Amino acid sequence: MSITSLDKDYDNLALRIVLDFAHPLDAVWQLWADPRKLERWWGPPTYPATVEEHDLTPGGTVTYFMTGPEGDTHRGYLNVTEVIEGKSIEMIDGFAHDDGTPNAELPTTTMSVHLYDHDGGTRVEMQSTFDSREQMDQLVAMGMVEGIQEAAGQMDGILAT
Amino acid sequence: MLTYNQMVVDQWDDEGRVDHLFHALADATRRDILRRSVQGDLSVSRLAEAYPMSFAAVQKHVAVLERAGLVTKQRRGREQLVHTDPDAVRRAREALDHLESTWRARVDQMDLVLAGDAIAEEHTRAGHEKGQEE
Repeated sequence: MSITSLDKDYDNLALRIVLDFAHPLDAVWQLWADPRKLERWWGPPTYPATVEEHDLTPGGTVTYFMTGPEGDTHRGYLNVTEVIEGKSIEMIDGFAHDDGTPNAELPTTTMSVHLYDHDGGTRVEMQSTFDSREQMDQLVAMGMVEGIQEAAGQMDGILAT
Repeated sequence: MLTYNQMVVDQWDDEGRVDHLFHALADATRRDILRRSVQGDLSVSRLAEAYPMSFAAVQKHVAVLERAGLVTKQRRGREQLVHTDPDAVRRAREALDHLESTWRARVDQMDLVLAGDAIAEEHTRAGHEKGQEE
């Protein structure tokens, strides 16, 4: 597998990743479709995820929590908006309160995943797009990315001295 | 990305700055002020000369940056000099790097899951073949 590309699309506020797997499409699809597999890659190694509800159908919800090194838990959810079996998923990715209800205070992202056969393996195109949250989000998240990029070059010199 | 966001939010919430930071960086004029203020030798009045807007408007932008912890103001004589805070900008840059590494880590783990599948299938198949031989 290799990350074929990873780029930040400032116009659309999106992080876009293209992956190429040497595995057949069915196996790659199971990374999302099988909750026991999803939880093995979703959280970072130090914050492993446990998937609870897993309804990968339009209107369905995936809920999970991640457990930190101190036993601390962080809940999140995926609201599934569109699914084409073995081909694509669109979902909204957000944080939840301890009781599992969505936390509207924290930003959400819309994630799309597209899979297709490519070169004897499977190509996955993923996109994460910041959603608007009140006045802030879309422009804000974009501004953060862009601002950092612009400022980074300037700051490198300063930090080096 | 969620994890990254959560951690960043946790980190910045401690200082009550995450909203301010996002808001501050969302505007092109403010990003430009940030760039121009790296040397820390420009006053608000001097900065205001660079933009087709009122002194008050530029002052407001500087205040937003200040609240986000991205710039500090230092009095020198009758002037207030605006200085970009390298730590704040570095922290923001690190956050972006973190976003990328979160996804890279996920992809690495996807690989492990898929590799595990392939091995398990191999075993199953070997088991079946063995079973058939017997």
